Amino acid sequence: MAVLTMAKAINDGLRAAMERDPKVLVMGEDVGKLGGVFRVTDGLQKDFGEQRVLDTPLAESGIIGTAVGLAIRGFRPVCEIQFDGFVFPGYDQIVSQLAKLHFRSQGKVPMPVVVRIPFGGGIGAVEHHSESPEALFAHVAGLKVVACSNADDAYWMIQQAIASDDPVIFFEPKRRYWDKAEVDVSATPPPLHTSRLVRPGSALTLVGYGPVLKTCLEAATAAAADGTELEVIDLRTLSPLDLDPVFDSVRRTGRLVVVAEAPSEVSVAAEVAARVQEQCFHSLEAPVLRVTGFDTPYPPSKCEEDFLPDLDRVLDAVDRSLGW
Amino acid sequence: MSVPQSWTPVTSADTAVPTHDQVVAGLKATDEGGADLVQLLTPEGERVTDPRFDRYAADIDLDTLKNLYRDMVLVRRFDREGNALQRQGQLGIWVPLLGQEAAQVGSGRALAPQDMAFPSYREHGVAWTRGVDPTDLLGIFRGTDHGTWDPIEKRFHLYTIVIGNQCLNATGYAMGQKFEGKVGDGSDAEATICYFGDGATSQGDVHEGFVWAAVYDAPVVFYCQNNQWAISEPTERQTRVPLYKRAQGYGFPGIRVDGNDVLACLAVTRWALEECRTGNGPVLVEAFTYRMDAHTTSDDPTRYRLADELELWKLKDPIERVRVNLVREHGVEQGFFDGIQAEADELAARFRQFCVDMPPPAPDRMFSKVYAEPSPTLEAQREAFLAYHASFEGA
Repeated sequence: MAVLTMAKAINDGLRAAMERDPKVLVMGEDVGKLGGVFRVTDGLQKDFGEQRVLDTPLAESGIIGTAVGLAIRGFRPVCEIQFDGFVFPGYDQIVSQLAKLHFRSQGKVPMPVVVRIPFGGGIGAVEHHSESPEALFAHVAGLKVVACSNADDAYWMIQQAIASDDPVIFFEPKRRYWDKAEVDVSATPPPLHTSRLVRPGSALTLVGYGPVLKTCLEAATAAAADGTELEVIDLRTLSPLDLDPVFDSVRRTGRLVVVAEAPSEVSVAAEVAARVQEQCFHSLEAPVLRVTGFDTPYPPSKCEEDFLPDLDRVLDAVDRSLGW
Repeated sequence: MSVPQSWTPVTSADTAVPTHDQVVAGLKATDEGGADLVQLLTPEGERVTDPRFDRYAADIDLDTLKNLYRDMVLVRRFDREGNALQRQGQLGIWVPLLGQEAAQVGSGRALAPQDMAFPSYREHGVAWTRGVDPTDLLGIFRGTDHGTWDPIEKRFHLYTIVIGNQCLNATGYAMGQKFEGKVGDGSDAEATICYFGDGATSQGDVHEGFVWAAVYDAPVVFYCQNNQWAISEPTERQTRVPLYKRAQGYGFPGIRVDGNDVLACLAVTRWALEECRTGNGPVLVEAFTYRMDAHTTSDDPTRYRLADELELWKLKDPIERVRVNLVREHGVEQGFFDGIQAEADELAARFRQFCVDMPPPAPDRMFSKVYAEPSPTLEAQREAFLAYHASFEGA
């Protein structure tokens, strides 16, 4: 059992996947000598060479578009998009080719491509470096979308994403890159597209993913000090959603608060709320509440403390639900 | 503030109708390929020599030339049938290639079996050369599928409709060929060819494809069919310089070939592919041709281009010049041409019959193969839809 930062855990996961399969390539801006701006690919080019770890020209459509071509050739590219806000030049290739080729070819051309995107705020960055665009991908048929929340999950999920024959958009919560956790490299991980109950409780269900999972767990600890046991579920997979554990939980607790950094309108959180009311209508004791970013562009960083869901906002929503 | 003369809005009544000189200038703009145009067969069917490219056509004997003629006649015939099927309501749309038979057949026949081709959506002639049966194209335009051939087996990727996307996909594929050591002097050396049009050259993906191919020395031939029109927009709306000259800025060779000359297209593409296979790629080829029909069956070219232009290009017809050459230089008799025409009509009849016999897709076709590993959410939707669908049975 090793204690690793999430960045190192993903690095180890990438290394394990590259050792296992010579068709796995890592490609992106500055992923080679520099090891990526977050050092997630540190040392990989040194050990696997420039044909397995490609420092690419500075063009996101090029990264995705050539990865599609490499996948047609039989490679399994892992693309790094430097920051969430820079993915959009590549969005056309993701939506028009990456997501659709399996369907267009009726299975003759699989697209085993992973697009890693550091996402979310909380690092005091300039514009375009703190966004949560996951709904834009979860909405696209043909893509699978996941978000890791801790080092242990990240180590396994990146390997499972690479092994998937479907294109996977892999969101990494950048403000948690340096959080450490125990990683059991001999464990048998749960399947990639499953959500996970991470803290049992009976009073209310708290669902989150990515960077806010830690916030949810802190809220559960704080509530427990007041004698309220919150059940916390890490969604992990945003497309397809795995909501059966959420339905089970809500049927027991009768209350649900969904937490996410992304704006609330037409969001993953909105989809969770809609599906829970479809499946758990008679179990609900209160409306499903959402604690999210606001429906604004990501603000200047001096405002982000107010933009991001924090402990107090989550607990406020918990109180409102319980007081219904 | 003074305004440059050329910026002054045109308002006077006498400029509304183009002058004779303007008409001629416009015709020349699309008609003349310029001094650098590679040509082996003139519009009059005369075989001319080219010191650089003759050797790439040296093995073209009479039988091969006859086969190229046959290819073009058959391709044109089923293309015309496609137009007719759309007019009769059997197809939702057809994308005609009329006029581009030489550009497509010449380049397609230059490919070795191991080479890979990435088409746009007008490359029915290239599809033909890759052994894709024309009936495999029909579903795209009838609305039953998105192309039924196996792109890996045929080494002919599925049609790409978003303009320019395939230039990056082709470049990535070519990078893979290089990473696998398939570039060099070996008999198993490979190259990739990427088809796109003059309009696509304005797309960022084409620019990025050029950049990537250049920095990775990818074995890809960028084959631009400049048919002069991107729907209603002439090439001058896309570029200030002749398209083939753009390659220089990216650091690889660009060449302009007479796109209505099947021999020149074959020879130049053979050269370009050889350059790529031996590690001297990428290469840009501009096949200078003309879209003799509409952009698609939904288009109306009379709204934006002069009928004279079409008449001029009819004199440069890609098929007619080969026919004239076969007759004049090789004494080929009428019986051969009649035989090809009969074969073309048979192909068209089979094409038509296949089209009208195509069954509609099954109700749950839309759920098929969205993912390699099925999504439980989507499976649930599919089951619910089928149950809903079944509820109408017997009603």
